[in-house]
Amino acid sequence: MPQATAAPTLVSTPGKRALVIGASSGIGAALVEELVRRGYAVGAVARRASELQALASRAGGKVVIRAHDVSRFAEVPALFEDLVRELGGLDLVVFAAGIMPEVERHEYDSEKDLAMLAINFGGCVAWCNEAAKLFRTQRSGTLIGISSIAGERGRKGNPMYGATKAAMNHYLEALRNRLAEVGVVVTTIKPGFIDTVMTRGKKTFWLIGPDECARQILAKAAKKKGETFVPSRWWFVGFVVRWIPSAIFRHMNF
Amino acid sequence: MSGAKPSPAPTVFDWTPARPASSLEYVEGWGMAAGSHVRVLRPRSTEELAAAFALAKREGVTLGLRGTGNSYGDASLNERGWVLDTSRMNRILAWDPRTGVATLEPGVTIEKLWKSILADGWWPRVVSGTMFPTIAGAAAMNIHGKNNYAVGTIGDAIREFDVLTPAGEHLTCDRERNADLFHAAIGGFGMLGAFTRIVLETKKVHSGDVRVRAKSTRTLGEMMAYIEAHRGDADYLVGWVDCFARGRALGRGLIHHANYVHEGEDPDPRASLTVEHQELPANILGVFPKDQVWRALRLFNHDLGMRAINFAKYHAGWVEELDEPYLQSHAGFAFLLDYVPNWKWAYGRKPRELGLIQYQSFVPKETAEATYRELLERCQRAGLVPYLGVFKRHRPDPFWLTHAVDGWSFALDFKVEPVTRERLWKLCHELSEVVIAAGGRFYFAKDLVLRPEDARRAFPSDKVERFRALKLRHDPDGVLQTDLWRRVFAAPTR
Ligand SMILES: Cc1cc2nc3c(=O)[nH]c(=O)nc-3n(C[C@H](O)[C@H](O)[C@H](O)COP(=O)(O)OP(=O)(O)OC[C@H]3O[C@@H](n4cnc5c(N)ncnc54)[C@H](O)[C@@H]3O)c2cc1C
Ligand SMILES: NC(=O)c1ccc[n+]([C@@H]2O[C@H](COP(=O)([O-])OP(=O)(O)OC[C@H]3O[C@@H](n4cnc5c(N)ncnc54)[C@H](OP(=O)(O)O)[C@@H]3O)[C@@H](O)[C@H]2O)c1
Repeated sequence: MPQATAAPTLVSTPGKRALVIGASSGIGAALVEELVRRGYAVGAVARRASELQALASRAGGKVVIRAHDVSRFAEVPALFEDLVRELGGLDLVVFAAGIMPEVERHEYDSEKDLAMLAINFGGCVAWCNEAAKLFRTQRSGTLIGISSIAGERGRKGNPMYGATKAAMNHYLEALRNRLAEVGVVVTTIKPGFIDTVMTRGKKTFWLIGPDECARQILAKAAKKKGETFVPSRWWFVGFVVRWIPSAIFRHMNF
Repeated sequence: MSGAKPSPAPTVFDWTPARPASSLEYVEGWGMAAGSHVRVLRPRSTEELAAAFALAKREGVTLGLRGTGNSYGDASLNERGWVLDTSRMNRILAWDPRTGVATLEPGVTIEKLWKSILADGWWPRVVSGTMFPTIAGAAAMNIHGKNNYAVGTIGDAIREFDVLTPAGEHLTCDRERNADLFHAAIGGFGMLGAFTRIVLETKKVHSGDVRVRAKSTRTLGEMMAYIEAHRGDADYLVGWVDCFARGRALGRGLIHHANYVHEGEDPDPRASLTVEHQELPANILGVFPKDQVWRALRLFNHDLGMRAINFAKYHAGWVEELDEPYLQSHAGFAFLLDYVPNWKWAYGRKPRELGLIQYQSFVPKETAEATYRELLERCQRAGLVPYLGVFKRHRPDPFWLTHAVDGWSFALDFKVEPVTRERLWKLCHELSEVVIAAGGRFYFAKDLVLRPEDARRAFPSDKVERFRALKLRHDPDGVLQTDLWRRVFAAPTR
């Protein structure tokens, strides 16, 4: 009787399959390369197909690339399924996509701000929700979100960028608390200054390269850290920044 | 920074998600011993359900219907297609507190139902041992309660339903209209169409409590004699069996016998007919969080530990029996284990490898005692003793593929581990031979071990043939399939 054809069965047991969103440059690209070195099959997602192509040939190993804009939320479930099938299962997801456009001192540009909201936070929600559904039901998996030290306080410099990172922290904390009972790890990474295009031409200190950053991120996730700074010493900056009273904080220009 | 201006512009404010919602998930049977990664579609309306059928047809993919996945085995799995989950269609469409008739969308759970009707003095006429199943899942399996011998199965409480068939027909069925489909789809494990609306009769109650008494029984025969003697006066009867006891103690156990509280007996029914009165506290002894209890149970989840627990429970029964009958809430009596969140994780929770199966057989009253004694002895000889055994009395009903017989059922929970899996399946096949020889049947809601030859012999062949013919008519392309269907009814190749 059954005429309807059977779809190919996906049989998956825990292994080494990872997905990096925002993989075409910077921290994401470094993570892809590091994961390939560690024997992972990796799905790499970002808008620039050419960069992904170059990354894939540079990394060697199994890298499945897909060009996608994370603010196109409606595409996410199908793309996620496609990638997981291609990888043969999923154990690790890193959401690293983000933008930080220049914002002038007295600029209140909704187009810029809502683009950040859609990409940095909307994209995070769209992808992490898919990962959460899969990881919860298979009772395993690690989810990493790349947030920022910029999410600690509302600075004058870029109100929306910090707000999207603070929103990520809150959302990922809640996912962590939901998924803990099934042993799924959710790690929020708050980098300081990492040497990528995002920091180019800016005043920085304690700068580390994206490769070192990638290694530290994976080490922290392996230790099942919840929310954590990379490099670790940035916790001190975070601590100080949090405790500066508002009345003083508003006179600081950064 | 990539510098690229986000182009084209973000779609955040005019976002149209795909309908029905779809995601890739690991979908498993309740017992965790079977499961697969599949696409799950979750329609929220009949229109979206129809869209899911159309989509599957276009793509040439099979669909396995699923409620909340409380079937122990593979009845709501479909590793070679998609899963169509109707649990989001969960509105109560109508409720009449004068007649106790509820009109429900398929995904309304037993939990939502009782919580919605209790304050009006009603309780679902038939409930399973857990309140989490959906009404469609319950209808598709024709579930029974601890009162099956008295009130029948849930099918007997269903007045009518609407079903959407893969052929695209919306049909209303009851005992007169489309009577064949009515009697085949109830207990038809989701093979004929998707329920979209179910009209259900409930039971008037005059208190939020039932009066419970315990009776300790030294043998299976004694248990059966007690239940048989009280079939006329008890509203609920259920027996627990210590499967580790051997020899003269074989089948020893404990019966719980419950009755409704009559009108006027509860001094303050308004207080007991509340959700708060029904529910158990979130912490045991006020401090230990219940959602961690499974970790403690895990420490006992081996033969020695379970032997000790069964021993202790049996002997505690001697004491409980001496007590006066006591009052217990409906929910506490019917769904006690639901208040220990995820207790099944005590069996281990590694997908597909660890977990449990339940082997439940239904045997006519004439042959039941000898059959069940033999099942217990065979389990003990094989060194695979069930950690839990539950005994119930049933009655026949008019549904084509029903499991219920004029007789008894014995449900045996077995732990599944990679090292014992093969032996366990072999033992179950041996048990099935005994059950079939005794004229017995099986229950798809619990099954993961039945073979086509077992089903062929256990279910009446005329009913099965009519069922297949009806499926061919309403699902000519064979869109509705589950792992269970392929395993047990592996259709003859054309
Ligand atoms: C702890 C526990 C105790 C239990 N105790 C009992 C008991 O005492 N008595 C008893 O009878 N059962 C009992 N059960 C079994 C349970 O009641 C049944 O398996 C029930 O079918 C579960 O409903 P569900 O919504 O989870 O359905 P699922 O398990 O998801 O699906 C069950 C069947 O319904 C079909 N289906 C789902 N939705 C639809 C739809 N919309 N239209 C058509 N078909 C559909 C599926 O294809 C499948 O065949 C128990 C289960 C557990 C876990
Ligand atoms: N560098 C730092 O000092 C620093 C500090 C704290 C936090 N962070 C965070 O770290 C993450 C990575 O940044 P980075 O420093 O590595 O900068 P980057 O090199 O600019 O990387 C950003 C990545 O996100 C992708 N991306 C941007 N918009 C996207 C969209 N709409 N859809 C899909 N992908 C998109 C980019 O790819 P495409 O452009 O090809 O789409 C790129 O791969 C960001 O979330 C950033 O906020 C960085």
